[in-house]
Amino acid sequence: MTDTYDVILVGAGHNGLVCAGYLAKAGRKVLVLEANDSPGGAAATREFAPGYFVSACAQWLYQLHPRVSRELELERHGLQWAAKNIPSVLLDEGGRHLTQLGGHIAGDQLASEDIAAYRAFHDRTGKYVKLLAKLFEARPPKLVESNFADRLVLARLGLGLKLLGRDDMSDLMRNILNNMYDLMEENFDSPQLKALLSLDSVLGSHMGPRTPNTVFSYLYRRVGEAFGYTGVAQVKGGMGALGEALAGAARARGVKLRLGTRVSAIELFNGRAGGVTLASGEQLRAAVVVSGADPVTTLEKLVGYRNMETGMARRVSQIRCRGSVAKLHLALDGLPRFTMLEDEQFGQRLVIAPDMNYIERAFNPVKYGEYSAAPALDISIPTVHDPATAPAGKHVLSVIVQFAPYAPAGGWDEHRERFTRLVIDCIGRYAPGIQDQVVASQLLTPADLEREYGMTGGHWHHGELSMDQVMMMRPFPGATQYASGIDGLYLCSAGAHPGGGLMGLAGRNAAREIIKRGAAA
Amino acid sequence: MTSKSNPAMMLCTPFHSRVAAACELNAWGTWKGYTTPRAYTDVELEYFAIRSTTGVFDLSPMNKYRVTGTDAEAYLNRMVTRDVSKIRLGRVGYTVWCNDAGQVMDDGTIFHLGENDYRVCAFARAIDWMHWSALGFDVEIVDESDEVAALAVQGPTSCAALLAMGLDGLEQLKPFGLMTFPFEGTTLTVSRTGFTGDLGYELWVSPDKAELLWDRLFAAGKPHIIKPFGSDALEMARIEAGFLQAGVDFVPAESAVRNGRSRSPFELGLAWLVDMDKPVFNGRKALLREQAEGSRYRFALLDVDGNKPAQHSFILREGKKVGTVTSAAWCPTAKTNVAFAQLEMPHGKVGEELVAEIYYQRELQWTRVLAPCRVIDAPVFNPARRRATPPGDF
Repeated sequence: MTDTYDVILVGAGHNGLVCAGYLAKAGRKVLVLEANDSPGGAAATREFAPGYFVSACAQWLYQLHPRVSRELELERHGLQWAAKNIPSVLLDEGGRHLTQLGGHIAGDQLASEDIAAYRAFHDRTGKYVKLLAKLFEARPPKLVESNFADRLVLARLGLGLKLLGRDDMSDLMRNILNNMYDLMEENFDSPQLKALLSLDSVLGSHMGPRTPNTVFSYLYRRVGEAFGYTGVAQVKGGMGALGEALAGAARARGVKLRLGTRVSAIELFNGRAGGVTLASGEQLRAAVVVSGADPVTTLEKLVGYRNMETGMARRVSQIRCRGSVAKLHLALDGLPRFTMLEDEQFGQRLVIAPDMNYIERAFNPVKYGEYSAAPALDISIPTVHDPATAPAGKHVLSVIVQFAPYAPAGGWDEHRERFTRLVIDCIGRYAPGIQDQVVASQLLTPADLEREYGMTGGHWHHGELSMDQVMMMRPFPGATQYASGIDGLYLCSAGAHPGGGLMGLAGRNAAREIIKRGAAA
Repeated sequence: MTSKSNPAMMLCTPFHSRVAAACELNAWGTWKGYTTPRAYTDVELEYFAIRSTTGVFDLSPMNKYRVTGTDAEAYLNRMVTRDVSKIRLGRVGYTVWCNDAGQVMDDGTIFHLGENDYRVCAFARAIDWMHWSALGFDVEIVDESDEVAALAVQGPTSCAALLAMGLDGLEQLKPFGLMTFPFEGTTLTVSRTGFTGDLGYELWVSPDKAELLWDRLFAAGKPHIIKPFGSDALEMARIEAGFLQAGVDFVPAESAVRNGRSRSPFELGLAWLVDMDKPVFNGRKALLREQAEGSRYRFALLDVDGNKPAQHSFILREGKKVGTVTSAAWCPTAKTNVAFAQLEMPHGKVGEELVAEIYYQRELQWTRVLAPCRVIDAPVFNPARRRATPPGDF
């Protein structure tokens, strides 16, 4: 390699590619190194059985920031929508399903009071979501150093809170650290409604509805509404098409992308990051290294604890990133027969979580490395909107299984088949006979997700989205505003502010910060 | 330590039976939960044992951590400020260690006992910090504070006393060197170290041999006028020798509650212990910044006029407070009134004339003295016998 680069970026996950695209746009010469053979990280499409393709990690798109999409011209680079504004359907065994899209809910079992209460709740919390969205679009402010830009962000936050009005501000203050269970009990009667909303608060996390902080993660989940999303969306060709579009956008701006190239170490020179060593032994140098890998992978594995000071190693080692979610992919020889589901609902987001206690009970065992016989499920049949991803007449069913332990006793090999069967049977209660339609299946446990996508603990967000790990404390105190605690090394992944969710803001904000720092970066 | 607890619930060191028998004044103090004597008979006489004959101090409560494993050296090098690779096998090194903010957590000594085998002696409890520091290193850390009993044997006749006890060849041991001797089926480790600034040794032994060691030592040392001494006499000796005391001259950084109360090694006059050429060690980033931006304080040794110790004094310059005294004592051998001060920058350059505002009380009457003082460049007591090998035959 005789080429020289200004920036080496580790990992072509979606945030890495976004960051690379912006850096290149600003004139930086960027090399992106990706261990996998395809770009996009968790924005991936894989063929899990012959002829059957699936969004192998992230399933729904609901937060991709429109500015990222526009500024990087993702649609010009091939991003197409299979469906947008997809409602959620909470399945009922007896067929009395509840549907929800934005502020609208409908269902046989709903009292009119609940419909009105939900409308009010949605509008009110929608204001909080907007406030959060504003915070997400910029680097997190530091509290101790009196930087003008940071003060402005804080002043805007203060003003935003003030403008909510007294009642809403006090409601937000009262609830932001609250748990979803109590908030739901306070607002609604319908067990279905309470369950649907509280599942949103725990997806991808190691929390149950009764866990403090889940109100915050619920608002986080909804932040896409401020970016123009209603419900969820589906990418044509699977989520990998987003990865390809991002890679195309980055390449068009001059980014060099090397796939199948694993970085084994980030090299420090006199305490400053200045290059990487590849698994092949090849060494590459650049003035700035950016990591799109999660903070623990970056700092523990690539930099190494021994190359940082004790306090920092200690903080990195304490980042909570326990993934407790699995992904199950089913190849089906036909459309499953969900009880009483309308035709147009088959392509919607199908949720199995009858009530909040069901979700909490599903969570309880994972604390001890076990799993519930009745997990909560978030189901997609992507082939309804995108038939080309399976052989003609066949279907793919993709399930987010909340919850699954990272390391069950005896290891996953002992449990893989039993767990797969358990989830299929669980769906079978709502779609009788599905067991006989399964042609092939693939289970991705938290440990598999960690291995496939390099996410420590298999955690979607590269670190729990809890109040002690957000804003200026993300990924850990002492590393904020996309700095890593190591000079010359920046973090642009979901592990940095604001977090994950195929939003692209961590990558964009990181690039802007690096550009702003200029030669001092 | 096979310690019995007394009714006051304080721990007893392995030497307690002998210490208690010798402690005529019953002037007990506490040290890390152990009951230890402040004085045995008379502070001045104990001090003069250190300076003129041999004094013995029970330092068993000292925190001792054993660090072993293939990464032992690399681990310690990352933890402390000095270059541990320069502490050769069989040698001891004095060092400090900092937190990430470059603030001194503690000072102590590192004993290079064997291949990949070190002992760290520390003032403050450090097991949690040492374990945190072990992330990423192949090391084993064992708190052996209770498994090793220790005596400091200090003074001009200390070598002679120890030779008389049968430690043949000890006279060849250089300062900061280590030797081992068989002792009643166990090993007695002797280091030429101490906290008095005089010729002296420290003896490290299994607790079950502690009483026997004491008895042998005092029997052999009798002709050399051996005497136990307590912490008050030690305090005089260490101030005279210019040694900092953790918890007195600085607040261990991780136990400081208030912002800005801890100090960097530069601010404690310990820049010589900091090797900035090491690519990574705890506090390096912050210390680089401090080097670029300047320190807040400077450590100064003051020679104070008069004989009133400037204990807890404000230090003034043209009537304005520029610092405070952390330790002070009239030093009998050097015949100097010494104070350690923390001065605000840029004060404290050698030769600067300052004033110590001293308050003292005589029969309920408080008196204020404004004693002129000046910054001196070196400790007032630093005899050649401290370094001579073999030591002179006193």
